[in-house]
Amino acid sequence: MTTVLDVKNLKKELDTFSLAKVDFLLKEGCITGFIGINGSGKTTTIKTILGLYPRDEGSIKFFGKEIEKNEYIIKNRIGVVLDEGYFYEDMTLKEMKSVIAPAYTNWDESIFLKYINRFNLKLNQKIATLSKGMRMKFALTLALSHHADLLIMDEPTSGLDPLIRNELMEILLDFMEEDGKSVFFSTHITSDLDKVADMLILIDKGRIIFNESKDELLDRHALVKGDNSLINEHTRRLFLSLRQTAVGFEGITDKLDVVREQMNDCLIERPSIENIMLAYVKEG
Amino acid sequence: MKIIIKNGSEQPLYQQIKDQIKGGILRQELKEGEKLPSIRSLANDLHVSVLTTKRVYDELEKEGFIVTTVGKGSFVASDNLEMLSESKRHMIEKKLSEAWQMAKTLGINKQELYLMMDIIFEEDDE
Repeated sequence: MTTVLDVKNLKKELDTFSLAKVDFLLKEGCITGFIGINGSGKTTTIKTILGLYPRDEGSIKFFGKEIEKNEYIIKNRIGVVLDEGYFYEDMTLKEMKSVIAPAYTNWDESIFLKYINRFNLKLNQKIATLSKGMRMKFALTLALSHHADLLIMDEPTSGLDPLIRNELMEILLDFMEEDGKSVFFSTHITSDLDKVADMLILIDKGRIIFNESKDELLDRHALVKGDNSLINEHTRRLFLSLRQTAVGFEGITDKLDVVREQMNDCLIERPSIENIMLAYVKEG
Repeated sequence: MKIIIKNGSEQPLYQQIKDQIKGGILRQELKEGEKLPSIRSLANDLHVSVLTTKRVYDELEKEGFIVTTVGKGSFVASDNLEMLSESKRHMIEKKLSEAWQMAKTLGINKQELYLMMDIIFEEDDE
């Protein structure tokens, strides 16, 4: 699988926050979920990658090309949906479209109208009057209307109801049906990713914790439950996170084989993405 | 094609999917030359990663169960010699493990079982 985005040694200092040596790759044909709690660096990373924040250090290559020298070609191949839509509030959807469309060589009016209809958007409506869900749908429509190969979205699902979130996931899967497409999106709602993600990247305090295939990640971790008597100095170390109550323990392990061998009578379940994320994200 | 994924299973996802496709081919529910779904649509249907379905197809191809042609898709292999030998091998392993289970319940140990095998081999040679 070819690489669509290669981020190396990315550093960015902001007043209250810094990205420390962020490295990751995105593979073509994959939906990559970018997860982390609020304030972990998701938005900073995305904005820095897109050049909305200047970076302090590091290299960013889209489709094997440096962004600086190939900005026009690269931006033609990327569709972007940001958390706060960068729209002019006083414009109607139609006016906003005529501002954005000329920026792309491959703008496709028929796709634009297809999504406008699918989402029940009204072209003569003012941007300011759009609900949060409608705004996301409009931003997505714009992002999908120029035959982009890579869709980058920052928290597209935050604040939206489950029905709209589900609709978005279906659209992403439709988008992926065509060869050569990739999606990268950040979210703190990990349940969105259970169904659609191929790869998961976890960021915490400005550092990448893992970048791994979702299924392998879920295969090599387990949610273990059982009686407190099974927990001792030794077995405690098998867990990334462990919660003990009066009625028993519950923990996340990445040493499944050892747990199976050394802890009898415990219940081993497949963890959720959220379980794993919280196990890695340490407090403080 | 029927595939059911068990969430509580000890087997990794790709293994579960691979075994079930293999089973379908060996039981000939999937016929020679039949087209398999694309890795993306199989991944979508099963709610697994496209990397997992890709691994499944790659391994099935390596083992000779399916053939993938760029641009056309993946098909059940029509040259099934290797497949048959693999399935027969599997049958032998199954019978051997049955024999070992039975031996254990009768208190026959590994050494004795090896001896029995040796005797069988010798008889066969004569």
